[in-house]
Amino acid sequence: MKLKATLVAALLGSTGFAGMAAAQTDLTLWYHGGGNTVERDIIDSIIADFNGGRSDWSVSLEAFPQGSYNDSVVAAALAGNLPCILDVDGPVMPNWAWAGYMQPLPISDAALEGHLDSTIGRWDGEIYSVGLWEAAVALYARQSTLDDLSLRTPTLDAPWTGDEFMAALEAAKASGNYEFALDPGMAWTGEWYPYAFSPFLQSFGGDIVDRSTYQTAEGALNGDAALAFGEWWQSLFTQGYAPGTSQDPADRDTGFIDGKYAFAWNGNWAGVATLDGGVEDVVFLPAPDFGNGSVIGAGSWQFGASGTCEHPEGVAAFVEHALQDKYLAAFSDGIGLIPSTTEAAAMTENYAEGGALEPFFSLSEAQALVRPVSPGYVVAAKVFEKALADIANGADVADTLDAAVDEINTDIERNSGYGH
Amino acid sequence: MAAISADNHGLRLATRYAVLTLIAIIFIFPLVFMVMSSFKPDLQLLRDTSSIRAFLPVGDISTDNYAAAFQRAPVGLFVFNSVFVTGVTVLLSLLLCSMAAFSFVFLNWTGRNVLLSIIIATLIVPFETIAIPLLLLVSKLPWIGLEGFTVGWLNSYRVQIIPWIADGLTIFLFVQFFKDLPRDLIEASRVEGASWWQIYTKVVMPLSGPVIATAAILKFLVMYNQYLWPLIVVQEETYRPVMVGLQYFFQLNTAWGEVMAYLTIITVPVLAFYLVLQRAFIASIASTGVKG
Repeated sequence: MKLKATLVAALLGSTGFAGMAAAQTDLTLWYHGGGNTVERDIIDSIIADFNGGRSDWSVSLEAFPQGSYNDSVVAAALAGNLPCILDVDGPVMPNWAWAGYMQPLPISDAALEGHLDSTIGRWDGEIYSVGLWEAAVALYARQSTLDDLSLRTPTLDAPWTGDEFMAALEAAKASGNYEFALDPGMAWTGEWYPYAFSPFLQSFGGDIVDRSTYQTAEGALNGDAALAFGEWWQSLFTQGYAPGTSQDPADRDTGFIDGKYAFAWNGNWAGVATLDGGVEDVVFLPAPDFGNGSVIGAGSWQFGASGTCEHPEGVAAFVEHALQDKYLAAFSDGIGLIPSTTEAAAMTENYAEGGALEPFFSLSEAQALVRPVSPGYVVAAKVFEKALADIANGADVADTLDAAVDEINTDIERNSGYGH
Repeated sequence: MAAISADNHGLRLATRYAVLTLIAIIFIFPLVFMVMSSFKPDLQLLRDTSSIRAFLPVGDISTDNYAAAFQRAPVGLFVFNSVFVTGVTVLLSLLLCSMAAFSFVFLNWTGRNVLLSIIIATLIVPFETIAIPLLLLVSKLPWIGLEGFTVGWLNSYRVQIIPWIADGLTIFLFVQFFKDLPRDLIEASRVEGASWWQIYTKVVMPLSGPVIATAAILKFLVMYNQYLWPLIVVQEETYRPVMVGLQYFFQLNTAWGEVMAYLTIITVPVLAFYLVLQRAFIASIASTGVKG
């Protein structure tokens, strides 16, 4: 009798489980964090929690290395092989949405309450993607350097003006204690250039494209403000304040820690490594204000639904699940990025009040400006990168910016305005 | 007079060895740097790059980078995938291309010269120009396998192997080599009643060791270094090869020590393959003037 009951229970259990498994619709998630074991463990745990607690959806993960992720997605889109859930870099999202690789995400407003605005990807009036974290850039310095050079410590409310910033660089250069006064990070190429350096242009009053129409870069990238920016940018190299495009990548990684540079323009992801490297009095300063406000770049990786996904509501359910503060905090503690809510920040080791990287959260809140929200950004970004490298290498500022404007405008025309 | 001649000979020899040593150093030092760096922690590795220490096993030496590399990525799987795909492709390519070359050189059929010219002309077409059309093609191709009838070859070994089996360079190498074989041998075999298949397997191929080695090594390098093609046709980690796997090591803060450890690991199959075929490869270069 006991054996019979056990068999019946086992049968019911197994069929019940099978029934539940069969009812779950599997959604594949493509993720850019292949090779990051910490990130992988956290995303695995989020998926395990999601799959264990639902009868309607399940998610399976396919991880890609970040360096080749975008190319893989574009190739898969061409071959009609996209998954349901896509991971997308914030500034790339409009391009993928415009190209049909992504569709609007039917997520509730309540799920996004309190999130940093720059972590929400909007295109054409709709939400397409949502991020679990943000990144921010700051001017790294040693408090002892500021004291030795008798420099005022800039704050969010009172950042350095452009003149103060240049005076600081001059003081560092004149001290003779450093190989270069500033490390802008020229050894890093690709998206680093528009992400890290276009905020300087915006602070001067220019931009990569004219955001009022997104139909031209004329005036924005070659107007008076942009020319002033270009001249300033070139002076960093011609006057010996910063290493040029031939900077040794090793120096980019360790130069500030080793004391070769007085200041470094770097992201929050390098903060812990800097502290671990022995720079205990490191301070993270806001971007200088060149007349049009103090600005830093914004927009990091986000989740969204692919254009071919038949279950966007399942994607939204997963994203809402992943947006819980405990996961945001886990990601932040694991990989050092800025959680997208104040509540999650308070739960973290580095971004809670008094945490080593707390200033970055405030920087994100106060100064973040997303890169141009346009499908054409992916092309404009490359043009901008080349222009800045050329100017750093001594090219004529006006000619270079005019050529960049022509190239960006031609691309916009070829794509019929990119749907703006 | 004899003394001057001996001096000249000695000087020439010394010069030759000096030049060869210099060339060897140029080629070997990057490898030495790679191997030495694979045993150093990141900070030390980066600091050593500005001195001779970069080439020496000094400082905090350990195998931690190797352990970390295996933890960061399924290194063994990637190496297996690359070796498997490369090995199968090389074998099938040698077979197919040598048979094609045999047909071009020894068989009389209309249009063979035109077809050979077309095949050789494909050498100047960069792969990048046909990558997308080829991607669209393989994504729609049918297949009958253990799982039954399916459409689309993406995420498989076959999609990494089949498009690469036949190539103009390998056919050209075999054609050039076969042309230099004594015609008398072939004609004598025909007189003796041998079939073309027998001539191919019993006469021609046994004489083709050097060109087989050359073609195998060149094909091996092309296949083992594949990046773009597997990147766009393989979205599952299960089938990912070593070169795409390398990207796993480039994060926001790149772990250079692990990169060097990974590179050291994936260099081993290439070195092993070359060492096995080294003698035949050099013989081929000496006899045909083909450069690798």
